[in-house]
Amino acid sequence: MMKPKDGTIVLDGRMVPIGDHVNLLDLIRGSGIDLPTFCYHSDLSVYGACRLCIVEVAGRGIVTSCTTKPEPGMVVSTRSAELRNIRKLTAELLLANHDLSCPTCTRAGSCQLRRLAERMGIDRIRFRRRQERLPLDQSSIALVRDPNKCVLCGDCVRVCREVQGIGVLDFANRGSKVQVTPAFGQGLGEVECVHCGQCVNVCPTGALAARSQVNEVWAAIHDPELTVVAQVAPAVRVGIGEAFGLPPGESHIGQTVAALRAMGFDRVYDTGFGADLTVLEEGTEFVRRYRSGRDLPLFTSCCPAWVKLVEQWYPQLLGNLSTCRSPQQALGRLVKRELPREIGVAQDKIFMVSIMPCTAKKFEASRSEMATDGRPDVDAVITVPELVQMIAECGLDFAGLEPDRMDLPYGFKSGAGVLFGTTGGVTEAVLRYAAEVMGKPLGRPPGFHEVRGMERLREAEVELGDGKLRLAVVHGLAAAQKLVEDVLAGRRKYDLVEVMACPGGCVGGAGQPPARTPSVRAARQASIYQSDTMLQMHNSQDNPYLQRVYADTLGEPGSSAAHDLLHTHYHPRRRTGAVEVEITGATEPSTRAVRVEVCVGTNCHLRGSHDLLHRLIDQVNERGWGHLVDIAATFCNEVCERGPAVRIDDELYEGCTLEMVLDRLERAIAAEGTPVVASEMRGQ
Amino acid sequence: MTTTVNLDQIAREVNQRLARPTWRVMVCDGTGCVASGSRLVHRRFLDLTEGLDGLAEVQLAAGDLCRPLVSRTGCHGLCQMGPLVVIPGDGDGREEIFYCRVTADDVPEIVETTFKAGRPVERLLYRDPSTGTAYRSSRVIPFYANQTRLALADCGHAEPEDIEEYVARGGYASLRRAVTELKPEQVCEELTASGLRGRGGAGFPTGRKWLATLRATGSPKYLVCNGDEGDPGAFMDRSLMEGDPHRVLEGAIIAAYASGAAYGYFYIRTEYQLALARMRKAIADARRLGIVGPNLFGSSYAFDCEVVEGAGAFVCGEETALLASIEGERGMPRPKPPFPAESGLFGLPTVVNNVETLATVRWIIEHGAAAFRRYGTPRSPGTKTFALTGKIRNTGLIEVPLGTTLRQIVFEIGGGVPDGRKFKAAQIGGPSGGCLGVEHLDMPLDYETLGQVGAMVGSGGIVILDDSTCIVEVARFFMQFTQHESCGKCVLCREGTRQMLWILQDIVEGRAVPGDIELLEQTARAVKVASLCGLGKSAPNPVLSTLAMFRSEYLAHVERLYCPAGVCSALKTFAIDPDLCKGCTLCLQKCPVGAIQGEKRAPHRIDVALCTKCGVCATVCRFKAIAAR
Repeated sequence: MMKPKDGTIVLDGRMVPIGDHVNLLDLIRGSGIDLPTFCYHSDLSVYGACRLCIVEVAGRGIVTSCTTKPEPGMVVSTRSAELRNIRKLTAELLLANHDLSCPTCTRAGSCQLRRLAERMGIDRIRFRRRQERLPLDQSSIALVRDPNKCVLCGDCVRVCREVQGIGVLDFANRGSKVQVTPAFGQGLGEVECVHCGQCVNVCPTGALAARSQVNEVWAAIHDPELTVVAQVAPAVRVGIGEAFGLPPGESHIGQTVAALRAMGFDRVYDTGFGADLTVLEEGTEFVRRYRSGRDLPLFTSCCPAWVKLVEQWYPQLLGNLSTCRSPQQALGRLVKRELPREIGVAQDKIFMVSIMPCTAKKFEASRSEMATDGRPDVDAVITVPELVQMIAECGLDFAGLEPDRMDLPYGFKSGAGVLFGTTGGVTEAVLRYAAEVMGKPLGRPPGFHEVRGMERLREAEVELGDGKLRLAVVHGLAAAQKLVEDVLAGRRKYDLVEVMACPGGCVGGAGQPPARTPSVRAARQASIYQSDTMLQMHNSQDNPYLQRVYADTLGEPGSSAAHDLLHTHYHPRRRTGAVEVEITGATEPSTRAVRVEVCVGTNCHLRGSHDLLHRLIDQVNERGWGHLVDIAATFCNEVCERGPAVRIDDELYEGCTLEMVLDRLERAIAAEGTPVVASEMRGQ
Repeated sequence: MTTTVNLDQIAREVNQRLARPTWRVMVCDGTGCVASGSRLVHRRFLDLTEGLDGLAEVQLAAGDLCRPLVSRTGCHGLCQMGPLVVIPGDGDGREEIFYCRVTADDVPEIVETTFKAGRPVERLLYRDPSTGTAYRSSRVIPFYANQTRLALADCGHAEPEDIEEYVARGGYASLRRAVTELKPEQVCEELTASGLRGRGGAGFPTGRKWLATLRATGSPKYLVCNGDEGDPGAFMDRSLMEGDPHRVLEGAIIAAYASGAAYGYFYIRTEYQLALARMRKAIADARRLGIVGPNLFGSSYAFDCEVVEGAGAFVCGEETALLASIEGERGMPRPKPPFPAESGLFGLPTVVNNVETLATVRWIIEHGAAAFRRYGTPRSPGTKTFALTGKIRNTGLIEVPLGTTLRQIVFEIGGGVPDGRKFKAAQIGGPSGGCLGVEHLDMPLDYETLGQVGAMVGSGGIVILDDSTCIVEVARFFMQFTQHESCGKCVLCREGTRQMLWILQDIVEGRAVPGDIELLEQTARAVKVASLCGLGKSAPNPVLSTLAMFRSEYLAHVERLYCPAGVCSALKTFAIDPDLCKGCTLCLQKCPVGAIQGEKRAPHRIDVALCTKCGVCATVCRFKAIAAR
C-alpha cells in the first residue's frame, strides 16, 4: 500500500495534498472526482443527511466525506462494491419517494435527482413507490412548492435561515412523514417569506420553483391589440448563457434582444435605463438627506425582498428606506406614461414584461403601490429560466442568433445602470452621480472601486466635496439584519447602506440559472464590470435619453413631477394576522364613536388584558357611554413586552391599567367632533 | 458566607430517628407497583398506624407500644408481584419479610399478625412459581439471590424523596471526597481505571469522555444527564430516577466536577412524570443543603443544574439530537465529529452521560476502581441493569454483572418461560438491538460479545419471546417503531426504514415475492452501515439478527405463505375438525361474512374463499373444533 507523505492523503491509490480543504468532500472534488451530493453547499453549514458522498477511510470504515476532516496520512477510497451498492440503493430510495413527473417538471433540465439516477445507472426501482400525493403550495405570488418532489435535503431550510436569516421553512413531523414546510402547514404566501427565492436556487429538484408567468406573456404576445414591451435587467445578460451551455459570466445581451424580437416582443428596453433614473432620484435624495443630516443612513430600496423584510421586521426604519422606485418599477411607470404619446397606442394596450434575475420582482410588480389607476405598471415578470423555456419553445438557436440592439430611447443605459446587477453596484452608481453634485477631489480615478468585492459586508469612506461619506454594502439578508441591529444599537454609523438580498446581488438572484458555486457568481460579477467599461457612458447623469426625459417632462431630479412618477411609499406589515372581535357597537357603526381595541394576544392576556377588557365594558355601561364607544378585542399589536396594549382610535397605549384607559377614553370622547390626529396618520 | 453541610451530623440524626421504631414498613412506590395499587396499600398502613381508630401505636408481642414507620420506596424490581411491601429486618436477628401482591385489605392482617404477633403472613410471601416453595426474605428469593445490585443498591430500601435518609446511607460522601480531596483529573483516572462504560448503549469509556471534556477548550462546559429512555419495554433509568434520585444527582455532580462543567441539565422525557418530580425535588433539596450551589463542601467548586422535559421524540435519546432539543431546536442528530466533548451544547464542551452511568459513579468512588472490576468481564467491568419483560415469569428490573449469561437471566432470575411454552428468543437492547436465540443462551452478555452477534447491550431492555411468537412479526413491530421515530433527516434511515417496514408488512400479510428477503437484507445492511446517527445505524438490527437465526421462518412466510408460529392472521387458514364439531351452529351464526355452512347436528365447513380470518369462529367454538393452521 502507498504511504502518504506529510500533508497528503492517499485517495484511490494516489497521493493528494490536503492544502486548505476543510473537509474530505471538498478535497476529493478538488482532485477531480465529483462525488454526488444533495445536501452539501459551500455556502451552508455541513448537514450530512443525503449520505451520497460516502467514502471508505481505512480504520474508520464508511463515513460521509462532507463531515470528515482530512488528516495527513488518511487512506481514502471512493470506490468499492459496498460504496457503489449503498449509493445506488440510496438513489433508489430517493426515487421511490419521488413523484417522477420529470417530463412536466420545470426543473427537469437542471434536476440533481435526475442526474443522480443517470449517473448511478438506475434502470429500475426495486422499492415500492410512495402513493399519497401531497397538495402543492401555490399561495405565494413568486414561488411554488411541490412537496412531492422534495428529497428533504434541507438546503432550502438552511439557506433561508443561515444566509437570509428569515427561517420560514423547517422540517415538520417524524419518520417517513417528514416534510419541509412553513410553520403550522401554512403556505409560503402566508408567512414572512420575502420571495428572494434562494430556496429555489439551492433546491436540487423541482420541489421549489419560481411561479411561471410564461403563459400570460404568450397570451399577451398573441393578442393583436396589445403592444408588448420587454425590459431586461442588467444581471440577466450575464446569466442567461449558462442555460444554453455557454461559459458562466459571458454577456449575451445581443442574443437576448434578438430572441425577444423573434418571439414577438414589440419593444425591447433595458432596465438599466430605469436604473439610471433611480440613480438620479436616489442620488438627489441622498445628497439632500446627507446635507440635512436627517433620516440617515439612507438604505437602498431596489431589492424588493429587502424592502419586505424592513416592512415586516424593522418598520422603524421605513423612513430610512429610499423612496425611489426600483429600476423595474421606475421604467415600467415611465414607459406606460410616455409610450402612448410616442407611438400612439392606448395606455391600457401596453403590456410590460420584465425579464428579471429575481423571483421577488414578481412580488414587487404585484404590490398595490406599483399600479397606476388600478393597472400594474409591470404586467408580468419572468425569470431567466422562464425566458429560456420560451426561447426553447420557439426553437431558437440562442448562441447562433445575430446579436440585436435595444430600442431607443429606453434601451440606452449608462455603465452605472448596468452595475445594479451586482452587489456594490448601486452604491458605485450613486457615488458617480453624487460626486458630480457634491464635487469630487481632483486626481481621483473614475469609478468608486472600493465598494467592489464579494465579502458579505464591505465598508468604505469616501470624500466628496466637503463631506466624508460612510458607506456600507451588504448582501445576504442575514448579514443585512446583523448590520441593521448594529445600526439600531448605535454600534455602526453610516450615511448610505446598500442592501441586496441575494448573495452577490442580482448576479446571484434566484431568477438566474442555478449557481451552485460562488465562482459562478464571481464570473457574472466580473462580466457586469466588463460591461461598464465597454459602454460609452459610465455615469447615469450622462445618459442623453435620460437627460431628455428630465428636460421634457420631469424637470430636475427630485422635483415633484419626478416624485409623483418615480417614488413610492412603504407600509409596516404586521407579523401576526390581526383579528378583531367586535364586542360592542358593531350593529350600528357610528361615525361619532370612539374606537377602543384591547389586545387579547397571549402576552397581553398574561398581563391581564382579558380582565381589563371585561372591567372596561362594565365601566362603559355604567357610565352610560355605550353609544359613544365601540369596543373590540384584537390580536397582537406587537408591543408584547409592554402589554397590555390598548388602542384608542389610532393611538396605541402600552402597559395599560383600567384607570388609564378610562382617563384616555374620557378625553377622546370629549375631543369628539374635532377629527383626531388619527386620520392624518392614516394618510401618510 | 455559606455554611458547609455536615453530612455526618445528618446521618447521625436520621439513624437515631430510624432506630426508634421496632417495625418499619416499606411500600413500593415504583411505577409498576403504583399501577397495581400500592398507594392504596400505603394509605391503609398510614391510617391503621396513625390513629384513625385509636391504633396510633401498635402493641407488640412483647407488650411494648410501637408506631411503625411507614415509608414509600423506589422500585424493588419484582414488578410482576406488586404491590410489594417489605418489612426490613431489625439488624438484630429478625429477618426481613417480603410481601407480594399486597392489597389494602391485607393491611390489617399484616398489622395483627406481623407487628403484634411477630409472624409473617404466609399467604403473602413470595412463592416459587414452579416448586411452590415460600420465601420469607428477598435475600433468598432466586430473583434477587442471583443479582448484584450496585446502582440499585438502595432502590427499594430507602425513601427516595428524603435527602437526609440518603445521606444517612452514605450519600454525598463520595461527592464530598471528590471535590475536597481529589483533582478532576484524579476522578477521571479513577473512572478510567474502573473501566466503566456508558450504560446508555454505546459503551464508550466514561472516564475518557470526562477527561476529553475536561481538556477541551471552551467555557462554560456542560454536563447533560440523558434521561430520555425510550425503548419499548425499558425502565431502568426511570426506576433509578424514581427510586434513588440522589444517587443519580450525586453521580452527575461528580461527573461535572471531573469534566470541568459548572452547569448541568437533566433531560428527562415528559412521560416520566414521577421521575421528573423526584429529580426536581432531589435538586431542590440538595440546593437547600448546599450540595448544589457555590463552594461545594467548602471547596471552590460551584455547580448548578436544572431539569429539562423532553417532548417525547425517541430520537432525542441520541446525544446530539438531545442537545439540539435542549437548545430549543428540532431534535435532529448532527454529524459527529465534532463530538459533544469538543462542541456540544451551544457549541461548548459537554459531557453527556446516561442516568445509569451516573448512578454507578458513587459506588466506584466509594469502593474504588479495583472493587468495581471484580464484577463483570475485563473489557466490560461492573454490573448492568436490565428491564426484563415479555414471556417470562418474573418480569421486572434486575442488575447483574456484565458477562452474565442469558440463561442465568432467563431461567434463574426470570424464572423461565411460563405456560409450558418454550424459550424462542430474547430481543435485547430494544428496537435498536437484536434477537438472541437458543444458541446464544450460554453467551456472556457484554458489549463485545453482543456486538459480534449483531445485538447490543443498548440501554438494557430484554424482551423474552416464546415459541408462540412470530419472529417476522417481531421484526415488523420494531421496524414500525423505528420508522415512526426516525427524525427523517438522513435518507437511509428515513426511506430505508419505511421500505423495510413495507417489505416486512408484505411478508406477514402474504404479499411478498421472491427476492423481497434479499432486498430487505441489502437495505438493512446499507442502512446499518451508512446512516447518520445511532438510531439509523441500529434500526436494522432486529431484521438482520432475526434473518441470521430464523431465515427459514421468513422463507416459510414468503414461499409457503405459512406462519410457523401461527400468528400472522393473513396467512392462517381456519378449518373445522369434523370429528370434534357437534353441529351446534354457533360459529355459523357468529361468522360476520357468512363463510360457514352446515346443517344442525352435522359437521360444519368453512368456505376458505369467503373467510376473512377474523378468528371469531375459533373463539366461540365450545368444542375446540376450529383451529387455524
